[in-house]
Amino acid sequence: MDSKTIPGIALKERPDFAYILDTIAPGSRVLDLGCGNGDLLYLLSQKGIRGQGIEKDEDAIVECIRKGVYVHHGDIDEGLEHHEDKRFDYVILNQTIQETRHPGDIIKECLRIGKRLIIVFANFGYWEVRFKILLRGKTPVTDLLPYRWFDTPNLHFLSVLDFEEFCQIRGFTIEDRAFFRDLKQIRFRPNFFAKLALFQIR
Amino acid sequence: MNVKKSVGIVQTQTVQLPDLRLGNGSILSPLLIAYETYGVLSEKKDNAILVCHALSGDAHAAGFHSDSDKRPGWWDEYIGPGKAFDTDKYFIISSNVIGGCKGSSGPLTTSPISGKPFGSSFPFVSIEDMVAAQKLLVAHLDIDVLFCVAGGSMGGMQALQWSISYPDSVRNCIVLASTAEHSAMQIAFNEVGRQAILSDPNWNNGLYEENSPRKGLALARMVGHITYLSDDKMREKFGRNAPRGNLLNSDFAVGSYLIYQGESFVDRFDANSYIYVTKALDHFSLGKGKELTAALEPAKCRFLVVSYSSDWLYPPSQSREIVKSLEASDKRVFYVELNTKEGHDSFLLANQKQEDVLRGFLENPATETHGF
Repeated sequence: MDSKTIPGIALKERPDFAYILDTIAPGSRVLDLGCGNGDLLYLLSQKGIRGQGIEKDEDAIVECIRKGVYVHHGDIDEGLEHHEDKRFDYVILNQTIQETRHPGDIIKECLRIGKRLIIVFANFGYWEVRFKILLRGKTPVTDLLPYRWFDTPNLHFLSVLDFEEFCQIRGFTIEDRAFFRDLKQIRFRPNFFAKLALFQIR
Repeated sequence: MNVKKSVGIVQTQTVQLPDLRLGNGSILSPLLIAYETYGVLSEKKDNAILVCHALSGDAHAAGFHSDSDKRPGWWDEYIGPGKAFDTDKYFIISSNVIGGCKGSSGPLTTSPISGKPFGSSFPFVSIEDMVAAQKLLVAHLDIDVLFCVAGGSMGGMQALQWSISYPDSVRNCIVLASTAEHSAMQIAFNEVGRQAILSDPNWNNGLYEENSPRKGLALARMVGHITYLSDDKMREKFGRNAPRGNLLNSDFAVGSYLIYQGESFVDRFDANSYIYVTKALDHFSLGKGKELTAALEPAKCRFLVVSYSSDWLYPPSQSREIVKSLEASDKRVFYVELNTKEGHDSFLLANQKQEDVLRGFLENPATETHGF
């Protein structure tokens, strides 16, 4: 398998990756928490961005190493204390936060070690999710929340409104936001129409 | 044995190099190094990999010594044509450490002064000294820069030491199942081993010749061997089974297994060497936390650190300490904790994931020299 072909495909399917690649300038330093198979970090490195990742899945780690993506096998809940304040230009939490035990603590820690945090999550306020609960009375299973209640790694569910409220309570500044449904960017009523939410906070 | 994937029949060679001044000031003379090589050195001399052995290992890392040889070198799973350390691509060097007993200068070497083996009059050697001797060998082979230094356990300590002793001579560094310094527990196990040797009636202050402290050395090996396995592995291998027809020696299969391991070890290892090498291990320290970060500061290479979930001798926490210190000082590092059942010895055994990790690391070579 040619590892170089994988990220290309991923980019076409990932508007959030495209946004992140546009946002982060070459030469920046990035920490990707829950970096999965390293596709995003690989793309960032192609742009001259110095990245490293943390991931807990063994197979994903092996993939990262094959791509030459600097990665640390571990659980982000176990702490990032060895990184100095503002060491990274960006910290990325791409569909990771819902799996962490103490999201508030993690986000605070991300903002300590990073100048900015880019956080991406599946929007629980998306209409399909709402209707599945409302009409069928069942825990929703969607393409971005593909697990059933008993096999999900997700510990938390949040919507666009939840996150905005969270930033207000904690005093975090939202510097930018973008919402997506599949490949489309959503501007109208994102909490209802967007499947994926991206926030840049500081 | 898969004949196709073996480096085939190999021979250990021994070379005498210029005398070496050791860290404690004494001069090691003569300096003999036993080594093996596999594969071909490229014209640019940029494909050399030094593999460093663990406590009881030697220069024989791959292939067989003769047609009738049943056991290949200690890392044959990973060194050979098409293997992770691909001998079709890389030139692999493996040498016996000084202080050892498999051909390099050590307590068994004849002292030019007394005409007898050095025994316990052999000078103390450290991991740094072992690495300094390896550097002389690498220079003797006319290689300035190693593509990679790799090792597990004690070999991992040597690899780490290489990265800071000779930062301009190492492009990649692989540290498996290892640590930046021994914990009190690790020193404790080694101390029991050494005390077993010292209390053997044949010990004679290390000046034994024919009557060597076999029982003491066998006991030391037994203690060591326990730490190389995992509880799971022992349970699976022995459970609480009684041995077959061996009741005089041990009540349990695990006991007779250890006795066998101990007894076969004394035929291939020297008691003084065991003391020298375990002391080198215990004295090795790159420090902890900030101290470790500072110690690793000079390194310029890329690192791959691998730990094993079932390794309780050098647990993953010690590898994480190395990784965090490297990250804190901006080094380029990959870290993976492989899920294994076999304990400390995992790094020696066939494992597809480990193969993928080693190959992945080596095939994405460093292009920059510093930072990332």
